[in-house]
Order: sequence, then structure tokens, then C-alpha cells
Amino acid sequence: MDCDQAIHRVYEYLDGELTVWRRKAIARHLDECPPCAQGFTFEIELRQVIVSKCREEVPSDLRRRIADALGLA
Amino acid sequence: MADPASFADLTMPYMSSLYSGALRMTRNPSDAEDLVQETYLRAYRGFKGFREGTNLKAWLYKILTNTFINQYRAKRRRPEQVDLDDLEDFYLYKRLGGHAAVEATRTAESDVLDALPDAEVKDALESLPDAFRIAVILADIEGFSYKEIAEITEVPIGTVMSRIHRGRKQLQKRLWNYARERNLAPDTTANSPIR
Repeated sequence: MDCDQAIHRVYEYLDGELTVWRRKAIARHLDECPPCAQGFTFEIELRQVIVSKCREEVPSDLRRRIADALGLA
Repeated sequence: MADPASFADLTMPYMSSLYSGALRMTRNPSDAEDLVQETYLRAYRGFKGFREGTNLKAWLYKILTNTFINQYRAKRRRPEQVDLDDLEDFYLYKRLGGHAAVEATRTAESDVLDALPDAEVKDALESLPDAFRIAVILADIEGFSYKEIAEITEVPIGTVMSRIHRGRKQLQKRLWNYARERNLAPDTTANSPIR
């Protein structure tokens, strides 16, 4: 496994969508290749940043509207 | 029909997730509230179709996504651009100075991302075309598997994968543009040291 092959599967790897065999091959490459490992870590951090910056509070009147609509009020 | 109180007990814990998803899809709080309310009503009416032991969150998201596609997208006059270029892997990481850059440290790259205001990250995500935006929301924000997303959006798994991958890279490109506008990004045009 070389860098291009590993990087090409970064998303499937991080999404847990690879076969065990492929997964292990990439993990081995990352152990041996710090630059790739850093890039993979960056992708993980990027996703965490996106998730944390896209958090929303449910407006309180929406909860009330739905409870009303379900006849719970 | 289900007893409203037990339906509510089961489904209310997902409201915050559904509302966030709805807001990213509709891009506007009032439409998002209507979409979530409509989702709950449809879910309640169709609750006998839900098989216990299967994934309730995925089932609710399927109703939300279908309602969005059928109701909100239909209102639009022009159809949206349907495809995105496939950008290079590690698009943003490379531009933030990673991989090849001698002095790059991970901390600095993450700092750039943290420095972006929430509103710009939301804008970047919301600017993706519908099919790509929905796939990225379901994968990255909600953590659904490719298979679950294929079931929610009713497209083959290969299409899901392609939309997620292209959507993410396009999102990175848009984040990169924001970072540059704010002068947060390293100056890659000059030969000066990055930091």
C-alpha cells in the first residue's frame, strides 16, 4: 500500500466502510507514514469542527407546537 | 394509531438532531420548524409501519428527507446543478500547508478551522447542492452508515458514496475560500515561510 492508495480510501476508512483486510492494510501504512497519518487525523478533526459548529438549539415553541399537534398539550 | 404519549417518549429525543438536519436542508429556521413538525405528524400517522427493533432515528430521517425533497424542493423554480467535480483528496489539508510542508504542525491547521465562525461553516455546508448536502449531513453530522443513507435517500450505495465523497471535498473547497477571505490561510502564493 502506498500513500496515494491509502489517501484515496481515507473516507471509507474513517467511515468504517472497508473490509477488515483493507482496513488493516491502511492502518499499517499509517503506522509507517506520519505525513499520511497527520492527514487522516486532520480529516477527523475537520469533521469534529463541522459537527460542533453546526449544532442547533430546538426553538422552544417548536417543541410546544409538536406536542400540541400530537394532542399532548 | 400509536398512543401519542408513548410515540412522543420514543421520538422526542431525536428532535434536536432532526431540527439541525432540517435547518441545514431548508436553510431557514421557519421552513425547518415546519419540516420537523410535518415529519412528526407523518411519523405519528405512519407509526404502525415502523418495525420495533429497527433504527428509529433512520426511519424518522427518511420521513424528514422525503418530505424535504417532495415539498421544499418542488417549490424551487430552477432545478439545481446536479453534479460536482471530483476534487483531489486531502483538498483542504494540502492547502492549509499539510503533507508536503516542512514546518506544518497539526495544531496550526486545526486552529484555522476553529477560527472560522460557526455561520461560515454552516453557510459552506448549506451551499452544497441538495443531493450532496443531504448525503454529507446524514454521514457527517448524523453519523449514518452508507447503507443507512442509501435506505433513507433511496439511491444505490455507490451513488451515496460518490455524493458523500464529492460533497465533502466541495465543502472543503468552500471552507478554504472562507479561510482565505479571512486571511486565516497560509499564503501559498509566496515563497516565504508559512509561519
